[in-house]
Amino acid sequence: MLQFALTRFISLSLSLIAASVVIFTVIEIIPGDPASFMLGINAQPDTIAALREQLGLDGSLMSRYINWISGMLVGDFGISYTYKVPVSELVLARVWISLPLAIYALAISTLIAFPVGLIAAAKRGKSIDITIMGTTQLGIAIPNFWFAMILVLIFSINLRWFSAGGFPGWEEGFLLSIKSLTLPAVALALPQASILARIMRSSILDTLDQDYVRTARAKGLSQRQAIWRHALKNALIPVLTIIGMQFSFLMAGAIIIENVFFLPGLGRLIFQGITQRDLIVVESVVMLLVFAVIIVTFIVDLTYAAVDPRLRKR
Amino acid sequence: MTNFPRTLIFGGILFSIFLLGALVSFIWTPADVEILQITARFKLPSTAHWFGTDHFGRDIFSMIMVGARTSIAVAVVAVGIGIALGVPLGLWAAANHGHWLDDLIMRGNDLVFAFPSLIIAILITAVFGPSAFNAIIAIGIFNIPVFARISRGGALSIWTLDYILSARVAGKRAFRISAEHILPNIANLLIVQGTIQFSLGILAEAALSYVGLGVQPPTPSWGRMLADSQTMISIAPHLAFFPGFAIILTVLGLNLMGDGLRDILDPRIRRTQR
Amino acid sequence: MKLLEVKDLSVSIHGTKILNSVSFNVNKSEIYGIVGESGSGKSMTALSLMGLLPSGSQSTGSASLSDTDLLKLSEEKMCTYRGNAIGMIFQEPMTALNPVQTIGKQVAETLIIHGQAKKKEALKIAREKLNRVGLFEEQFPLDKYPHELSGGQRQRVAIAMAIAMRPNLLIADEPTTALDVTTQSQILDLLKSLVEQENMALILITHDLAVISGLADNVAVMQTGKIVEEGKTNKIFKEMKHPYTKQLFSASSHVPERSTKAEEIPLLELKHVIRKYKSPRENIFKAPQTFTAVNDVSFVLRKGENLGLVGESGCGKSTLTRAILGLDELQSGEIFLEGHHVNAGKKLDSSLRRKMQVVFQDPFGSFNPRHKVGRLISEPFYLIEDRPTGNLLKDAIKQALIDVGLNAEDSEKYIHEFSGGQRQRIAIARALIIKPSLIVLDEAVSALDVSIRAQVLDLLAELSNKFELSYLFISHDLSVVRNITDRVMVMKAGSIVESGDTQKVFENPTHPYTKELIAATPRLPENLTA
Repeated sequence: MLQFALTRFISLSLSLIAASVVIFTVIEIIPGDPASFMLGINAQPDTIAALREQLGLDGSLMSRYINWISGMLVGDFGISYTYKVPVSELVLARVWISLPLAIYALAISTLIAFPVGLIAAAKRGKSIDITIMGTTQLGIAIPNFWFAMILVLIFSINLRWFSAGGFPGWEEGFLLSIKSLTLPAVALALPQASILARIMRSSILDTLDQDYVRTARAKGLSQRQAIWRHALKNALIPVLTIIGMQFSFLMAGAIIIENVFFLPGLGRLIFQGITQRDLIVVESVVMLLVFAVIIVTFIVDLTYAAVDPRLRKR
Repeated sequence: MTNFPRTLIFGGILFSIFLLGALVSFIWTPADVEILQITARFKLPSTAHWFGTDHFGRDIFSMIMVGARTSIAVAVVAVGIGIALGVPLGLWAAANHGHWLDDLIMRGNDLVFAFPSLIIAILITAVFGPSAFNAIIAIGIFNIPVFARISRGGALSIWTLDYILSARVAGKRAFRISAEHILPNIANLLIVQGTIQFSLGILAEAALSYVGLGVQPPTPSWGRMLADSQTMISIAPHLAFFPGFAIILTVLGLNLMGDGLRDILDPRIRRTQR
Repeated sequence: MKLLEVKDLSVSIHGTKILNSVSFNVNKSEIYGIVGESGSGKSMTALSLMGLLPSGSQSTGSASLSDTDLLKLSEEKMCTYRGNAIGMIFQEPMTALNPVQTIGKQVAETLIIHGQAKKKEALKIAREKLNRVGLFEEQFPLDKYPHELSGGQRQRVAIAMAIAMRPNLLIADEPTTALDVTTQSQILDLLKSLVEQENMALILITHDLAVISGLADNVAVMQTGKIVEEGKTNKIFKEMKHPYTKQLFSASSHVPERSTKAEEIPLLELKHVIRKYKSPRENIFKAPQTFTAVNDVSFVLRKGENLGLVGESGCGKSTLTRAILGLDELQSGEIFLEGHHVNAGKKLDSSLRRKMQVVFQDPFGSFNPRHKVGRLISEPFYLIEDRPTGNLLKDAIKQALIDVGLNAEDSEKYIHEFSGGQRQRIAIARALIIKPSLIVLDEAVSALDVSIRAQVLDLLAELSNKFELSYLFISHDLSVVRNITDRVMVMKAGSIVESGDTQKVFENPTHPYTKELIAATPRLPENLTA
């Protein structure tokens, strides 16, 4: 198992490095001169020069890259050009909204999808299965931000159960904050839960076809017992990878959904960064997002090995 | 048309409605979407304006038709990019299985997977500014590893079969084998995946337009119609309903088509209902 | 003492009749054989007894196990019988066990489900059962996972699970078909000892007459859902009343007529061939190990000769085949075809290529499902410089199809329209079309039913007579090789341990491994062959 974790860890580090190279290339190399890009066409030459010095743009590409990486490793992401404060401060404040939102949505999605997929598989062909398949088919087709708007319309504007947006801040109370994240999380979770439920169902149906389930029945297990004791664990394995991939979509979705609910998360930060041409902010936040996705993939891989003994040997 | 599954027919019809709308919009729409008529704004659906009007007085039905153009065009080209670049990559990787080339391509794939299309779009628009073109590139780039992975997977299971050995005994090399034997046998997989990526492309384009990273005004797009409708949702919910339904129904149609295609193209594999 | 009485068992699935009035009795502690080819309904009979038929099945008749009709039991009641009063093991041991559960847990589960013991106690009993089937603690602790076991070992675990509750009846559906000859004989011995010591009856289902003749007290011969002949094994073998039984016997021991004599001209010659490849790394710190699949193999195949190569799985015969066909590089040694060097990897000289062709085992994976038969069998023409085109090509295709006993029109069909035996004929046509001197037959008849197999072997003999072909016949099935080769080589762990005239090697084997193989191979009683 240690062997496996080690190889995966090396893999992860390589991915991170590769990702950082990509981001660095796009943000710092492609625009030509990031300083003039950020300041715009009408900037004065001395302002540009000053910014160049401040950003350390006069060094070689290699040294700039190393500086950036080493900075990130100690938590220094540079100073935002628009806000004039360290990017790390900006990010820290907002990641505590985006990250919990993504996790909250993942939790809701999984908690709904697993039983739904299981029931659909167990009652395959019966009306409950057909209903579930139909509903999930619809669920996949619904854009999460549109669903969010509808939820706001019904639950905030008409029923007044939730506020229409905004975030009180964690200091104001855990439950209150969770409440304001609930509608966004539900909106995010809906399409993902639909996908996950369908995958869960087909994975269980696949395992039901396997020989070892037939062996279990021959031992005297009922169909239900065979599903619970044999099919489920095996069916979960491919589902795990999907959940890992879903996390990246959830992070992206969270960024978009923040728009609907006026949540001061990473989304707002990035989009403002783009509008204001604050490349420093954009570069750092993208790097962080990619980092989060790669870490989650790593964790999923480890869980995979924990569940499937066949993987531990290699 | 006798043996086509209901999902294919129903989905096909649903999607064709929007495709038709998009095509027809080039020659005719009930009203001109570029004309702003403030006096006629927020009208509810009626015989004059089948879907009502928006905050600028524009006919929503016409806007949906023109918006269909954007959504479909972006999604189609993005799938095209994915297939044109991803499939050869995947086939190449499979032909070199066990070799470092295969590992390299798979690593590259995993790397792109770490960047959801939204993130790629953010990176591109940060540097090049938002546009439909950039949206296509962003969605297209993400499609490449999807098709690479699927073609590689399908190809690998075929490489182990005896008829490939026969071809090699006949002297055929990897390129020829990939083209003559492997590609035709994974075509079905690709078609089904193509419809899925198409529908995902529509959703992705809508999301990008919603946050302002896709096609820019004055060209109508469903995503941006939703963004515009947001602040006015309590007074004019129909502004949000119609673009939303358009997206949902188009995507639903494509997904049903994908299911139906999967049923006819690979009946022996998919005997368990998906 | 009657244990199981099956009367007029008929089964239809979605309206199609699968079993037709099947009746037989099984006594306590006896071995009852059910033999037949694919589609005969033998597996279906077993599944009906277990109540494990696919959905959409309707059954009539009765199957009384000690006065209880199994067919009339509710699913709930049936669950108490399965694994308890009746056990069953299946054909594919590699996939029969749950890959994420330990073997101890899986065996113990039978006991827990039937309320025999709680967890700790059940594991203790599981240990005893595993010992009983020959898997002892030292090598096979309870916490081993299935993927750490070989096929034969997994089948033993399956047997342990099936007999854990000491059932009166064990049903074994082709339990050794997927196993090597030596492993097969060990498993059959195990089953026999269980019958003797545990007072258990065994229904042994197989397509292999030789296995039945060695083990079963009584036997039923099945064809297309019916029992055509039934009774004491010895009696059936001596009398063979039904024509199908006769057909089955003669096919099983069929020796095709050959008239070609081997000349002293070497056709294929291997000199000290070594083929190694790197196995995947154990861990990142160790260098990858090399595995020697073919270890210093030398032999000569003469013109007009049928040379056999036998060995069990993993002996290296497939690797050797690929090297001979020029598909893999050699680490050392040389291969000559008609005196010319076979240079693997690099461009195989097209004049060489046309002298050597191959027919593979799997009739279902041998052909691209998207191409028509005409295109499929003309593939060897690729890279031949003077390949025929247009009408010449059409004629060549037509002739090849006729030579193998098919029709010219078949060139326009797709491969899925043909049966397994017909596909092998098409495979032979593909090998034949460029008029090679040597055809390598890699397990070419192993996947075929016995009667079809006999026909294909006849075809091969006829073709070798007609076109002066030589064959390299690779197989794990000694009885087939014995009947159709002039000389045979025995391969183990990459080396050829014995070679010589087929009759001599089989009657007087010198190498211990050859002796072991021959002893393990079930044989039909000779005085009864046709």
